[in-house]
Amino acid sequence: MDLDYTQDQRAFRADARKWLEANVPSEPLKSFDTAEGAKQHREWEAQLNAGGWAMVPWPVEYGGRGANLLEWLIFEEEYYRVGAPKRINQNGIFLLGPTIMEYGTPEQKARFLPPMAASEEVWAQGWSEPNAGSDMANIQAAASRDGDHFVLNGQKTWASRGAFADWLFGMFRTDPESERHRGLTFILVPLDLPGITVRPIEQLDGLPGFAEVFFDDVRVPAEHQLGEEGKGWNVAMATAGFERGLMLRSPARFQATAKRLVELARLHGDAVERSVRDEVTRCWIAAEAYTLETHRTVSRLLAAGKIGAEASLNKIFWSELDLRMHELALEILGDRGELLPEAPAAGDVGGWLDGYLFALSGPIYAGTNEIQRNIIAERILGLPR
Amino acid sequence: MDFRFDEDQELLQSTVREFLQGEVTPESVRALWETETGRSPELWKQLAEIGLPGLLVPEQHGGMGLCEEEMVLLIEEAGRAALAEPVISTAAVAVPLLGEIGGNLANEWLPKIAAGEAIAAVGHPISPFVEDAHVANLLLLPDNDGALHAVPRDAAEVKVQPANDPSRRIASVEFKANESTRIASGGAAAGLFAASLDRGALACAAGTLGVCDRLISLAAAYASERKQFGKPIGSFQAVKHMLADIKVKLEYARPLVQRAAHSVAHGSAARGVHVSMAKLAACEAATLGAKAALQTHGAIGYTWEQDLHIWMRRAWSLDHAWGRSAFHLGRVREALFAGTLPIGPGTTFSGDA
Ligand SMILES: Cc1cc2nc3c(=O)[nH]c(=O)nc-3n(C[C@H](O)[C@H](O)[C@H](O)COP(=O)(O)OP(=O)(O)OC[C@H]3O[C@@H](n4cnc5c(N)ncnc54)[C@H](O)[C@@H]3O)c2cc1C
Repeated sequence: MDLDYTQDQRAFRADARKWLEANVPSEPLKSFDTAEGAKQHREWEAQLNAGGWAMVPWPVEYGGRGANLLEWLIFEEEYYRVGAPKRINQNGIFLLGPTIMEYGTPEQKARFLPPMAASEEVWAQGWSEPNAGSDMANIQAAASRDGDHFVLNGQKTWASRGAFADWLFGMFRTDPESERHRGLTFILVPLDLPGITVRPIEQLDGLPGFAEVFFDDVRVPAEHQLGEEGKGWNVAMATAGFERGLMLRSPARFQATAKRLVELARLHGDAVERSVRDEVTRCWIAAEAYTLETHRTVSRLLAAGKIGAEASLNKIFWSELDLRMHELALEILGDRGELLPEAPAAGDVGGWLDGYLFALSGPIYAGTNEIQRNIIAERILGLPR
Repeated sequence: MDFRFDEDQELLQSTVREFLQGEVTPESVRALWETETGRSPELWKQLAEIGLPGLLVPEQHGGMGLCEEEMVLLIEEAGRAALAEPVISTAAVAVPLLGEIGGNLANEWLPKIAAGEAIAAVGHPISPFVEDAHVANLLLLPDNDGALHAVPRDAAEVKVQPANDPSRRIASVEFKANESTRIASGGAAAGLFAASLDRGALACAAGTLGVCDRLISLAAAYASERKQFGKPIGSFQAVKHMLADIKVKLEYARPLVQRAAHSVAHGSAARGVHVSMAKLAACEAATLGAKAALQTHGAIGYTWEQDLHIWMRRAWSLDHAWGRSAFHLGRVREALFAGTLPIGPGTTFSGDA
């Protein structure tokens, strides 16, 4: 066990810090779930990319920096430390990107990864359908082969960033005779094709955070298939692992929230009950535990190894922690906790309320926590189905 | 940065695990409950042969010269086996304390402990009782003024206090403090007691990981066998989800324990806070694990015959020893709210913020 950073790692941190401090926008951007905010976020991502910091763990040829996972964690720490904007293309860079690196052809890697790194092409995730939520293997949206094209018909829903995205990835049933997780194919779809209708859906915060997408005889070139035909489930499981596990949920995010929470509680001083301070303390400990566990996982991955079902442990841990921290913040804010940011007496409460509304979705998306508990019980503890 | 154990460390752990699997069974644990001391001198000898009591004893005194990083791995195994021997009091707490005291006391006792010929127990101002005092040859004890004394057991009056866990033997100890027994006083003694508290709490946290893991596997095994409504009860989600939640708690307590071991071994300034974080998280996982495992077993888990309570009681006794959860939570809370801890992204590992 060696818990010190090397000279190189320290130098990497210093470089990242220097660039971020010089470049991070001084004013917070608008929410990327608004047209104006989406534009601002794309500009920020382009700037990140121009600086060479868009996707640090990717190979250089695809717009990355060739950094290892530990350096990526360091970068994330610096990113959250300066309060840099959320990543509008997280579905692309953190989920689809690594999947393309694992399953894509050389042509697909060259075609899709560089514009993804630059967020010239923003991606939406298309798994869910009206009748395929937790039961994702119940996918009905169909892709039938017609020469060198697939013809898509059906519907996807709850596609985050769908309203402002350029592309969508998801699974379609290519074998009409098939059932469950067989006969599905992973396909990459440009959202501007004829026959596609994107209908934004307002989320709990009133903004069009996700969308439903309708496919009506949409023709997609067959080379947009990722992985083997009929084997889409395997490809999708890799993506889902990235979503639950460490790529999308780097610990720095929760550490930054825990720090703000401790500062909020300190600011309110003796007005904060001891029981609340105890809970704040537990949250900070949990954020540290999450950080330590991630470093343990990354150490293992760097030495060879893969993440398996333990991604489900992460998912429950970060989503519950995030929600608890926001609940506590609202408790500390008292009556002001229910104010919208534009209320004259709001002060700085807006961030917590927004964060709370978003944190509520953590136990639902990326596979609900109930589904994760099933996975832990069956695949890790060996309980019967 | 590499947050893993190396091959030697893992080998040591698996060696001890296999040894304990063979030698320490629920039957042998129960058999010791019936004895006067609750301890087995033969087993202690065997443990000395594989190096456990002398793990932290420097090589020149006949020990293995290893550190707390290895110690937590082995104590986790002791927890998994529900081993009753005085590993925590002697190997994890008394040995480094003697090392810090140094001089004749260390020269005399460390080789004997490493050889399995002597046991030492350590009292602490936060507790009225001394664990394993009844079998110790040497007692290291606080007096009412917070000074530290070294007292041979024969010179003290040791009264064992029967406790909830029949493996745990705690005693009240009376002794005549005088110039010749006093080893340190004032700030020096306080420093030694503080270090002992950290080591004792760290060891309890480590043992608790093994206890919790065992509780989960006992419950999972039972839930896979026991049928109601024509199906194994483990196929019911209420049971699954209860156990899955404990597994999450356990796996996130583990890195806190390992980091605390690293901090204690390297004398990090934040060691006390790190230890308290670890003990709190590990004991919470295990005490909740005890409840969940009992619930999974139903009435059979509520019987003395069933082995489950061996580990339930161990979870409770480790929670009580070396500072209860509320005490450790308080230590972390005070440090956090005093503003003396660096917090936020990039502060977890020292020297990088
Ligand atoms: C903010 C947000 C963003 C999202 N983004 C995307 C996206 O980008 N792309 C996308 O494809 N989807 C997205 N989703 C959808 C998300 O993946 C689904 O909501 C989720 O998989 C659950 O499906 P459902 O909503 O149909 O709920 P259901 O599956 O209908 O579940 C409803 C409730 O029943 C429980 N339940 C269902 N089955 C079981 C079971 N077997 N055991 C125990 N309990 C069960 C669930 O846990 C849940 O509590 C997003 C959702 C949210 C909230």
